[in-house]
This record gives sequence, C-alpha cells and structure tokens, in this order.
Amino acid sequence: MSETTHIQLDNLQVIYKKPDALTDTPMRYCPGCTHGIAHRLVAEVIDELGIKHRTITIASVGCSVYAYEYFDTDAIQAAHGRAPAVATGIKRVRPDNIVFTYQGDGDLAAIGLAEVLHAASRAENITVIFINNAVFGMTQGQMAPTTLLGQKTTTTPTGRSVERGGHPINICEMMTCIPGVAYLARETMAAPKYVNRAKRSIKRAFEAQIRGLGFSLVELVSSCPTWWGLRPLEALKHIEEKMLPQYPLKVFVDKVSGAGEGGEGNA
Amino acid sequence: MSKRVLLRGNEATAEGAIAAGCRFFFGYPITPQNKIPEYMAQHLPEVGGVYLQAESELAAINMVYGAAAAGARVMTSSSSPGISLMQEGLSYIVGAEVPCVVVNMVRGGPGLGNIGPAQSDYWLATRGAGHGDGRCLTYAPYSVQELYDWVGKAFEIAERYRAPVMILADAILAQMMEPCRLRPRAEPPPLDKPWTIGGDSSTRHRNIINSLYVDHDEMEEVNRRIQARYQQAMRDDLYYVESGADDPEILVVAYGISARVCETAVERANQAGVRCRLLRPISLFPFPSARLAEWAAQVRRILVVELSMGQFVEDVRLAVEGRCPVELLNRTGGNVVTPEDVTTKLLDMAAERPGRNE
Repeated sequence: MSETTHIQLDNLQVIYKKPDALTDTPMRYCPGCTHGIAHRLVAEVIDELGIKHRTITIASVGCSVYAYEYFDTDAIQAAHGRAPAVATGIKRVRPDNIVFTYQGDGDLAAIGLAEVLHAASRAENITVIFINNAVFGMTQGQMAPTTLLGQKTTTTPTGRSVERGGHPINICEMMTCIPGVAYLARETMAAPKYVNRAKRSIKRAFEAQIRGLGFSLVELVSSCPTWWGLRPLEALKHIEEKMLPQYPLKVFVDKVSGAGEGGEGNA
Repeated sequence: MSKRVLLRGNEATAEGAIAAGCRFFFGYPITPQNKIPEYMAQHLPEVGGVYLQAESELAAINMVYGAAAAGARVMTSSSSPGISLMQEGLSYIVGAEVPCVVVNMVRGGPGLGNIGPAQSDYWLATRGAGHGDGRCLTYAPYSVQELYDWVGKAFEIAERYRAPVMILADAILAQMMEPCRLRPRAEPPPLDKPWTIGGDSSTRHRNIINSLYVDHDEMEEVNRRIQARYQQAMRDDLYYVESGADDPEILVVAYGISARVCETAVERANQAGVRCRLLRPISLFPFPSARLAEWAAQVRRILVVELSMGQFVEDVRLAVEGRCPVELLNRTGGNVVTPEDVTTKLLDMAAERPGRNE
C-alpha cells in the first residue's frame, strides 16, 4: 500500500517554466528530436535579452517550417533556402528589429548555400540558427549535403559514397574566412554537458546582432532518430560518436568578446 | 511645379518609383534594364533609401518579400531570364499577400535569347506568379512618360490588393529617350500597417506572414480571397486607351511598344480611307475582355499586333469568342513590326471581302 503524500501548494515556487518567447502550441516534432531543445534555448536567450517584442522569426522549409507557430514573436515563413535573403529585406527596412532565421541543413547547406554565404559576406546584421542533423527530415530521410560518408538515407540506400554523393559540407569551416562574420560557432545538445555552452553561443550570436557587429551563425549538431533509424538515446550517442568527429564543436569566430562591455572571452 | 526632362525609359522607371515613395530596391544586373539599378544605387541614398545588389534574382525577389512584409514600398527590376528566376518568390508573395512592384524589361527568348525588344513574356507576366493559382496584376506602359507614371500607380494598386504588380515593357521602351514630366518626390507611407511585421509588437497581437496552409479548405479560402481581389481589380483598376475612327471596320489591338507602332499605322490607314481604331490595353491582367467583346460585335475584323508568337492574341480570342475573325501580325526574337507592315496589313484586310456577316 502506498502512502498518500500531501503537497503544500502554498509553498510551491516556479523554478522552471516555458520561456515567454515560446507559445503554448504543441510542437509537432518526433520523439527524441532535438529541435525542441534548440527552440527552447533560442527562446530562453530572447527572454534573457528582453528582445521578444522586437524579434522577428524567419521559419524556413523543413521540419521546422512551423517555427512561426512556436516562437511568440512576429514571424515570416520563407521559401526553401531563401531565409537569409528574406532576413536581409526585413533588416534593411527595420534595422532596430532583431531578425533570426531557423534553418535545417537541406535548406541552408543545399538549396540556400548562396543566400547564407552572401548574407555573411555583406556582414548582414542577422542571426542564423542552423540545425544540422545530416538528413532531409520532413521529406522523409533523403541525403543532405551534410550526410556523413557511409550514412544510409532513403536516397543513399547503401550508404553515402564520394563517387555517388560527394563529400559532406562543413559550413562553419567554410564560413570562417568570411570577414563579415561576427560570431560563428558549432554546438550540440547531445548531452546535458553540451546544452549550456550551446545556449551561451546562441546568446553570443544574438548579442553580435544587438551590437550591430555583423552576421552571426550557430550550427547545432542535431538528431533525427526517425530517419537515422535509431532510438532517441542511440541517436544522441550517434551524434557524439559519429557526427562530432566530422563536425567538431568549436567557436570559430567571436568578435563579441572584447568588443566593448559584456565580453567574457571565448567559450 | 513639375519639370520636364529628357530621360531613358529605365531612368524614368527608377525616378517614378522614387517619386512614388519607393525607398527600397533589391536587384541583380541584366541587360537591358541595368540603368534602373544604377539609377537606384545613385539616387536612393539621397532620400534615405536602400539600394542593395543581390547575389541572384532568387535572392532579390526574396529580399523584396521580406521588405514588403516589413511594410516598405519596395521594388525590383529585371529582364526575361531574371524574371523566370523570380517566379518562386512571386508565388510566395502572392500566397503571403504582400504588395510589391516588379519591372520586366522584356528581351528576346527563349533561353539566353538576346537583348532585343520583345513581348514574349506576356504569358509569364499575366499567368505567372510562379506555381499555384496566383497571378501578377500587369500593366504595360508605352512611353517614357507612362513608365514614370505607371510605376507610381503600380505601388498604389499593389497595396490596394496586397499583391505583386508587374510593369511590363521591353528593350526599346527601357532604353529610348523621351521628354518626361517629373513630379516632386513624395515621402514614403508609414511602415506599420495592421498586418506588417517589425517595429514594437508589445502593443498589438504578433503578426505572421505566411503562405503555408495545410488545411485544404483554408488554402481554398485563401485562393478565393485572392481571386476576389482580381475581380475587384477588373472593376476598379482596368485601363485601356482607344484612338482612331469612331465607326471602325477594323479594330487593331496591341499593347506597349507594338501599340506605339500601331498608332502610326492606324492613322495612315484612316487617311487611306480604311476606318480603323486602336484599342490599347494598359492593364493586361485585368484584361479588357468586355470592351473587346463590345467591339467584336461591331467591327468586321480584328487585327492583333504583338512581338511574340501568338500569346497576347489568345486573350483577345477568348474575349471575342468567335464573334468576328481575329488575325495576328507579329515579329519575335528581337525584331519589331514596322508601321509599314501594319499599314499594309490593314489595307490588305480591308481589300479582302470575307469577314464578319459577309
């Protein structure tokens, strides 16, 4: 027989809650997908910086297409790959607003490669949250530019080979040499120990924009248990064991630290 | 006080936009419209505006989409191959219901084609706004002055219907010089509207600009709303000009630079004793179908003149519905019909007896 525990409701204190920058809309993501964590981290940063009412979310095409329903900000939905161009148009009209895009690897690294590189080259004062899960999720698991060599997808049924599918693209390494980039980091949410530093990088990226330092991008190495064919925990392990060797975590560019007040040095 | 200056069509188009309060331009170089971005790059900063050279037409039209969503009077310009690339963005702009102006200085096609004058983007303009049921409200000026005037009107029309408006001209109109009467430059309207994103959202409900409707009924509803605006444009923003004989036996139908040629030919034919009238649609979508149907019941024949392989003539035939014979006189590939070509054709048509009721 179990004992009944009586909780004193009067003494309860809220110590953990949904960030204000997220709506109550239930998210449509698969079990074990790290989109939810990424959304939460971005929303916490928006709350902490007090910018919710001047932030504009740009949803792209992919599993996160509904980002405009989840972030409680003004929002716009962009065509596949074009979010940085849409962000450019908005930011040039509304320089006082904080504009961020939320894009997957198919969106950013395949069809939208030109848009993101040129936005960075122009030092466009926007922030890009780049979700890299090495697969096209929404269209049911096809090869992405970031798919690992040997990785099986629905369009690389025997595993990605250089002969048939080419090499994985490392976006951050490629962007390191672009002078317009003010903040550039690759992070993950594969284990609790990574989550805080991921949030720190996201915050730095938004701070770069707030201070008008130029283009900022945070790549988040993410999971796709559904199209990797792995259980959620296995998927997180897969990130650490297979993804991170190809996509090492690093702060590549940080012009925020040391650029006036609030700089705290490299992560 | 307005002043009269000598301008290229491209320059008049750009100045007309600035005069109408356009302060944002995103574009990509392509002949024969390069003087538009060049003019914008030089003159927009004078009025606190932004000129930005995009990395492609794909990017340019998506920058336009973002700027329009943020409430700006915004424009882009291109020529045929570039307009092909903009179809994707135009479809989103239609679906998301935001206003903008797109100028197409048409060149010869298909493919890379050439940089000569053409009207072969008629279908692309009047049918296209990419995939889906959307279209571009399309207006076709025929002089430098009209380019200047119509680009300004285009912003008002775009904002009235929250839809993209296309100004359709060609390589001749783009590059020829004519006197143009300029108005003082107007201030842009305020950015904030009930539906725009940006500014301070703390005092209102957050706004979302979107063209994704997974619910089929909702998507159908959006389409019906968009089509209803086109119907309203058919009533309120239909424009055409007529000239020539009041009791014509032949009606000539042409737009843009072709109509400019036809004006001379119609005058000459009338002088030669053949009663002709020119109907020049300025709005191509909405199309003056009802007016054409009226004339089709009265004239012996209709002659359509266009610089394409029978695109414009299809709209005329749809309006005429077989009430009288419709003939086509056309050149394409950068070639232009001459006043002599059209005059000869009109005299031949008058000499041929067969036709309506005969």
